[in-house]
Amino acid sequence: MNKNDHIIEVRDLVKRFGSFTANDHLNFTVSKGEIFGFLGANGAGKTTAIKILSGLSKPTSGVAIVAGFDVAKYPNKVKKNIGYMSQHFSLYDDMTVKENFRFYGGIFGLSRKSIREKTEYYLEKLKMQNFRNMLLKQIPLGWKQKLAFSVANIHEPAVVFLDEPTGGVDPITRRQFWELIYDSADKGTTVFVTTHYMDEAEYCERVSIMSEGRIEAIGSPGKLKEEFGVNTMDEVFVQIARTPLDPPIGGTDRGNSFKKQVN
Amino acid sequence: MWAFIKKEFFHIFRDYRSMVILFGMPIVQVLLFGFAITNEINDAQIAILDHSKDVVTRELTQKIVSSNYFLLVENLESNNQIEAEFKKGDIKQVVIFESGFARKLEKEGKASIQLLLDASEPNTANMLNAYTTGIINTYSMQKMINSNAVPLSIQVDSKMLFNPELKSVYMFVPGVITVLLMLVSAMMTSISITREKELGTMEALLVSPLKPIQIIIGKVTPYVLLSFINLVVILLLAKFVFLMPIRGSLVLLLAECLLFIVMALALGILISTISKTQQQAMMMSMFALMLPTILLSGFIFPIENMPLILQYISHLMPPKWFIIIIKNIMLKGVGISYFWKETLIIAFMTVFFIGMSVKKFKIRLE
Repeated sequence: MNKNDHIIEVRDLVKRFGSFTANDHLNFTVSKGEIFGFLGANGAGKTTAIKILSGLSKPTSGVAIVAGFDVAKYPNKVKKNIGYMSQHFSLYDDMTVKENFRFYGGIFGLSRKSIREKTEYYLEKLKMQNFRNMLLKQIPLGWKQKLAFSVANIHEPAVVFLDEPTGGVDPITRRQFWELIYDSADKGTTVFVTTHYMDEAEYCERVSIMSEGRIEAIGSPGKLKEEFGVNTMDEVFVQIARTPLDPPIGGTDRGNSFKKQVN
Repeated sequence: MWAFIKKEFFHIFRDYRSMVILFGMPIVQVLLFGFAITNEINDAQIAILDHSKDVVTRELTQKIVSSNYFLLVENLESNNQIEAEFKKGDIKQVVIFESGFARKLEKEGKASIQLLLDASEPNTANMLNAYTTGIINTYSMQKMINSNAVPLSIQVDSKMLFNPELKSVYMFVPGVITVLLMLVSAMMTSISITREKELGTMEALLVSPLKPIQIIIGKVTPYVLLSFINLVVILLLAKFVFLMPIRGSLVLLLAECLLFIVMALALGILISTISKTQQQAMMMSMFALMLPTILLSGFIFPIENMPLILQYISHLMPPKWFIIIIKNIMLKGVGISYFWKETLIIAFMTVFFIGMSVKKFKIRLE
């Protein structure tokens, strides 16, 4: 596998809402099969960037190329080649595990046969064969999260975007979840993940840290720690963001970030 | 696409609340409006105070009682009893014959009957009054014919067209169809779309290769289908339980209903683009759709009797035009040439709502 293949390439990406600049000249690349951590305080502009990269929103200026396609010109081709999982997990509570797989496989245009095979493959891998016909609402959070990740991977996307995938989950389950991430990166899937847990940032091969719409630092966790002369990613983050670290969910900063967007 | 529609049916069938709304509502509403909330009088309790007790008064009493509208519960003996009877509350009307009724009628050619009515329910009182007067008039007409006397009075002969028996079902069925199509189509779709927003699954759908138009079609198709089934159920009930005729073309009726369903769906989508939560969508559908549909569409209260300002507002209500259309088809049996204007108005509203929601949808994506 050639690590120099850039699966995501972002050049001078700018996104403005009125007079507010959410993304200010972003420049970075992500290689094939890489686990890339996309960090930043709430309101730093991460979500905006992910929306652009996944073809949901158009950049004001600049170029973003994902899986070989310009997101502004061919959003649908990009969408076919990416997977997406948010902290909401995006699964339907009133459908069974199998039905959720079938639905998402269906909207990505997989054949019935390959959906069936994929479903069996992931259930076996997660050791969840017995959960097959259970409604999602009967399944504990940690399991749901792993299922959501598998569902996001069902069409074997080139890149999978994980937007705070581990919100509200205990440390052990989080660890198991990261094993899944490593697994799929080994198979060549690029993992683009945002998180507020700095221990997770350490798991990434490279991270970028955003503050007020700009990327302030980018590189491997080891390199960044060295650069800032500190021992943990936590400290790197605090130095860059210059605001106290938010609690992972429903942080107090949410209100501020909202105001920022409105202004 | 098929997967999407199937998924939508899972949501509907696994949520017993939506099942109740979808399939319980039509039946309950039609039966309620048809049977319980009726403007017709059956077995109203009356009392008679007959000061004369002769052949004529007995005959008249007989006529009144055998009409099915009234139930004679009390024969009073004196005027003093009347007030007490009314105060008890069961008696709606007291018929009083003056003394020497038959004799006066014979000699002077006229005699008086007094009707006392409990007007704490004005509508009922009015109707009872009309029914009783009708019966008495018929009786005196017959008398005159039999005695070969020349009728001196002017006869008013009103004929009720299209609904000769003044059946209230004829009025309620079109109304119920309208309310239900509105409810199922607009409210259910707006709720189901906002639910996806609330759960965060909408994000996942938007990031998928599905185009927004496919998502929308996938979401609304099941509701079009279910609304249509509802419509058929209501029509069957109307036809076989209430014996309401469908005089015009059934195909035309269904086509107009389909147009109205699409209009309501567009409205539902519009509501879902402006509301953030299911609760909000529900409130908005309730206040913005249900109340005007019931109150301002001419369903229950005639629009002609409203203050001018409300009449103007009612022009903006799609249900108003729709009710005109279905009444025309079902009761008058006329063709499209009689209501193409109303059809055009609904079609125009549909286009307008779709345009608005597309615009809103785009703004949100930006």
